[in-house]
Amino acid sequence: MQSNEIRTQVLSLLTRIAPDVDAGSIDPKRPLRDQFDFDSMDALHFAAALSEAFGLDIPERDYAQLASLEGAAQFVLAHLPAGGGAP
Amino acid sequence: MRVEFRLPSLGADMESATLTQWLKKPGDPIRRGEPIATVETTKGLIDIEAYEDGVLTELVSLPGTRVPVGAVLAHLEVDSARSVSAAAVAVPTAAAAPELTREPRPTPAAAPIAHTVRLRLSPAARRRAQQLGLTPQALRQRAAQGGVLRLQDIEQLDGEPPAPGADARAAMRQTIGAAMARSKREIPHYYLGHTLDFGPAQNWLAAHNAALPVGERLIEALLIIKAVALAAARSEGFNGYFRDGRFEPSAAVHVGAAIALRGGGLLAPALPDAHAKDLPTLMREFSALVMRARAGHLRSGEFTSATITVTALGADGVDVLFPIINPPQVAIIGAGAIRAAPWALEGQLLIRPTLTLALAADHRVTDGRAGARFLRTIGSLLADPQAL
Repeated sequence: MQSNEIRTQVLSLLTRIAPDVDAGSIDPKRPLRDQFDFDSMDALHFAAALSEAFGLDIPERDYAQLASLEGAAQFVLAHLPAGGGAP
Repeated sequence: MRVEFRLPSLGADMESATLTQWLKKPGDPIRRGEPIATVETTKGLIDIEAYEDGVLTELVSLPGTRVPVGAVLAHLEVDSARSVSAAAVAVPTAAAAPELTREPRPTPAAAPIAHTVRLRLSPAARRRAQQLGLTPQALRQRAAQGGVLRLQDIEQLDGEPPAPGADARAAMRQTIGAAMARSKREIPHYYLGHTLDFGPAQNWLAAHNAALPVGERLIEALLIIKAVALAAARSEGFNGYFRDGRFEPSAAVHVGAAIALRGGGLLAPALPDAHAKDLPTLMREFSALVMRARAGHLRSGEFTSATITVTALGADGVDVLFPIINPPQVAIIGAGAIRAAPWALEGQLLIRPTLTLALAADHRVTDGRAGARFLRTIGSLLADPQAL
């Protein structure tokens, strides 16, 4: 999967779990917490959506890497079996 | 037996709501707790639930119309034998909130409208009403507002339900302001704070979550909610309503969970019977509640049934939150952010994750000593999270 495709999919998952967020206004590099009152319930929903959509196991200690849109896309890229970066 | 399905009060300061949609049609069987209609209030879209089993026989109000609290929305046919037995069960549930079952606000003017107003329609209006399938009852209600119904009235009745206004946030701010002003005016608050070592709860949570897929994991706020629910069930004077000059305790603990809306605003819908549910069940309900609150789509029972409230600032909060009681409740717990801090334990100085809980309670019901016991009970439950 191309990294652009992953970014698009990550964004669409985010707007699915937080439909009240304006997708167009998201700064991909800034922490979501600073932009949208993203709380621990949102973080859990986001991690669950990523885990389900990409078939990833995401341990709690890795949640911090999902803090921004770009961080989440990088995490997915690194951990996808075809991404080459999986540990 | 024919019963009236009325618009319930969904908050102390709610006067009316706009009916946006019927979720059932005449002839549909209705189960207790099932949503029948959606209304728009300053708190967003809310599904109004049935409080008895029965059959929907007649729709009185039309989508798009503004109706006062207590007005008849529809008629239901219920089995009278079952109705009696249902009334004998005094335990409130989320579906049968006390304000819905015990205190339908009397609005004598509203009920007879459907039967006594003589319907006068212009011929064009009558044709159009038939095309649109509008019920005579709905037309009568509109006609009761005055005069002959003309074509434009019918078109208006059929119009799209008004979209949430641009000033929805301002309306919500007003609602919050009115409820809090009432609270500060009427309730003699007292406040207590208690800082505890959240380490045991955090460790237990990490171990519990490590074995689970992401979607089944729990969050810290849930442990706090459950601990408050159990402590409220075991204490006297913190769980229930203060109404008509006296405290009405509730056996069941329906915890109102304060949910912040993005861009401002706050809702505190109820997690019913939180004291009696295991953590995974409570987590599923909490998760769904937050999603629905933020999507602006809660159910009527969720607004009226909370017997105590928990408000947590979350990870980017500050140390202490001094909460304000949500009337007619008598207590609320504010949870600050969990953060690492110096902690003295058995003569040693350690760094521990700490949590400060603040209680605001009603002096008409309890005193500081009872409040301190209540807070300590919550603290000991969080120190032994297996018991939650």
